[in-house]
Amino acid sequence: MRWTTMPRSLSTLVVAAALLLPFSVALAEAPGAGPDKDWIRTDRLPLLLVIVVVSAAVVAAILLARTGRPVKIRRLAALDAVDEAIGRATEMGRSVLFVPGIMDMTDIQTVAGVNILGRVAKTAAEYDAKLEVPTSRSIVMSAARDAVQAAHFEAGRPETYNADNIRYLTDEQFGYVAAVTGSMVRDKPAACFYMGAFYAESLLFAENGNSIGAIQIAGTAEPSQLPFFVAACDYTLIGEEFFAASAYLSGERDQLGSIQGQDLGKLLAAAVIIIGCALATAGLWLPACADGAAALRKFFGG
Amino acid sequence: MLQRTVPIIILCASGAIMVLAYFVTAAVSWSETVNVWFNVLAAVAFVLGAGNLLKVNLEKISSQRPGWGYSAITLAAFFFMLVVGLFKVGAIPDSKYPGVRLAGNYETPASPYGWTYEYVFSPLTSTMFAMLAFYVASAAFRAFRAKNTESILLLATAFIILLAQTAAGMFLTGWIPEDSAFAFLRLDWMKVAITEHIQTAGMRAITIGIALGVAATSLRLILGVDKSYLPRGGGAA
Amino acid sequence: MNRALLARLNDLDRRWIFLAMGLSIAIPILLKLRFPEYPGPMARATFDAVEAVPEGSPVLISFDYDPASAAELQPMASALVHHCASRKLKMVFMALWPLGKQQADRTIESVLKQFHPGYDYGTDYVQLGYQSGNEGVIKLMATNVPEQYKTDAAGTATSTIPLLASVRDLSAFKLVASVSAGYPGAKEWVQYGNGPMPDAFSIVGGSTGVQVSQLLPYYPKQMEGMLVAVKGAAEYEMLVEEKYPIDKPDVIGQGRVRMGPQLVAHLLMIALIVLGNVAMIASRNRGGAR
Repeated sequence: MRWTTMPRSLSTLVVAAALLLPFSVALAEAPGAGPDKDWIRTDRLPLLLVIVVVSAAVVAAILLARTGRPVKIRRLAALDAVDEAIGRATEMGRSVLFVPGIMDMTDIQTVAGVNILGRVAKTAAEYDAKLEVPTSRSIVMSAARDAVQAAHFEAGRPETYNADNIRYLTDEQFGYVAAVTGSMVRDKPAACFYMGAFYAESLLFAENGNSIGAIQIAGTAEPSQLPFFVAACDYTLIGEEFFAASAYLSGERDQLGSIQGQDLGKLLAAAVIIIGCALATAGLWLPACADGAAALRKFFGG
Repeated sequence: MLQRTVPIIILCASGAIMVLAYFVTAAVSWSETVNVWFNVLAAVAFVLGAGNLLKVNLEKISSQRPGWGYSAITLAAFFFMLVVGLFKVGAIPDSKYPGVRLAGNYETPASPYGWTYEYVFSPLTSTMFAMLAFYVASAAFRAFRAKNTESILLLATAFIILLAQTAAGMFLTGWIPEDSAFAFLRLDWMKVAITEHIQTAGMRAITIGIALGVAATSLRLILGVDKSYLPRGGGAA
Repeated sequence: MNRALLARLNDLDRRWIFLAMGLSIAIPILLKLRFPEYPGPMARATFDAVEAVPEGSPVLISFDYDPASAAELQPMASALVHHCASRKLKMVFMALWPLGKQQADRTIESVLKQFHPGYDYGTDYVQLGYQSGNEGVIKLMATNVPEQYKTDAAGTATSTIPLLASVRDLSAFKLVASVSAGYPGAKEWVQYGNGPMPDAFSIVGGSTGVQVSQLLPYYPKQMEGMLVAVKGAAEYEMLVEEKYPIDKPDVIGQGRVRMGPQLVAHLLMIALIVLGNVAMIASRNRGGAR
């Protein structure tokens, strides 16, 4: 991997980080840096180590993916059903509804949802199906328009793009629910996608979608809303699957690689949990193991 | 290119500052500034949404498309709240500045804004939230079916939690002494065991997965690998 | 009942379910059904956390919900404010939700002014109101409260308010309580408020039933006490009222009042689930007989 093939932002950040970290550590160790005037929070260094390891794993996986090494990602039934749902809506002459959650672009789930929207919009444009995207945040509306317009260009049908199908309703949670469910009952979309951050409105959307007989595919990383989507939708992307889906659907090697890096992080978390549990259990009989478990807990700030 | 390069630079810089501020005390004030900037931007973004709301609904009314009556109600409600809120119509005069109308309190039910909040908005949103009770019942009726071992376990858990979350739990099993060998048969005991051990363990696993997903996605954004939030086809219409 | 009829239940019109649910909630409300509650460990932990705060100490109460979830959360918010006032704690109210400020105002009117008329604005309690920015507000408050809140909700400079004069950051508070219906709420207070200074203050949280699974991992270590939905409110009310009784128990007893409909609704849910399974088995057998 040649340095020059890295994006400028990536190389800039790596250089900046490389310069900043020793600088910060040097400041922390500088004479006169008392407890109240610490330049660096040494108590948080273990967390920094974890961040560096996970980030390094993700960056390494991205770089490996760029070398052309095949990236294998498990197929998700929910993603396989996207084309089927849009195709069904086209056959029935009905619209496709995409709800990108109720949070702003500051929420990573919304970003992931908009990414998936791009893929859904591309398929809808190819099938010439009408795609409605009601948003509850004005910045999301703007981002969704960009994504849908780009999808129409990619599908070779820029003339079918209609900005008015992506509209802002209200920031107010239940006002938004009332408007979206109202249009669902009136327009009866044949396929409903719920991709983003959802709260109490998840079941209101999904049950209304169920009552109109729509194919429903949901994806969220809000653990409290997952049971509702699982109960009421045909397919649900659960937690990390949702983030993986957004990267998967993008089809970009960089993003696919980052999923593998993320899995390395998961492996690390699992290893630490298993070691910690084993030490804590063995510590019931062996004091040395109990000390080890305590040290591990202290290291991770417990 | 400016349309894509500048946002990436802003995102990279802001993200790096936020991460750095957690570890380097000198960067805390920078992260405070980033937060303040975000708050200002979030407030200004309301205007963008309001403009679109007006455009879409006015177009619908002028062309008298199906459902244009809803658009008329939306705009009427929008302008009513905007005017009574912005101009503090009927505000209660402030005792310190009785001559300055805009210093008055407009949030009490005695003013049109406060009255609308208290007697229109509040009941409407509560109604929407309360509809969950109905949808939960119909979803449970349809989805909670004992089709296999896992779903039977799920059903049993649901029954325990539903009963233990009310006085029925104590009524049915409260007579079992808390210090007896059969205390584990008490519904309140089982609820605590399920929520604090099984549910929390499951939730931690999901949360770790989500946290790593969020971290990886954030990293993709900060490093400029994921540019999905940026315009790709010549800007938005 | 024959199997064919049971099998037809599979296609039961959901409006019948809605009707049954409506009745199961309305009848207990009209009959004012009340059932005894027994405080659980989470409610006790919340009670103990407030009791542990030295008299006269400042506490921060964040109203992170709106009218939609007030039915579930207002009872615990009222009980919490009554508890804090009974302990003579100085209260600073704020909101991360735009309409949380109004909920705090309501609580001040219905609890503080009604049962604790000696509480003076500025010295005993302050209403900071809502600030946009979600967790960004918490992050800034963790290091600089006056920067985030230059004025209170009425526009008075916080530097001139006696209660806030010495407040620099969140560590000035002995307890932070977030009554929350979702994001941003108690979880964000733990992550961004308590995270940077874990020993500086205690956190207690109130949550809707549906949100609780997200908060459980933080209890009891990062979050000392937790009130879960109406049930948690009812249990906490009992503990508060037992130690600090008031002459009008209806205001602080709403949690217990609301447990009546909840009990009947839960029983209906169980009945519906059983019915759904009976219908499924009946239709299976019918299919097998053909």
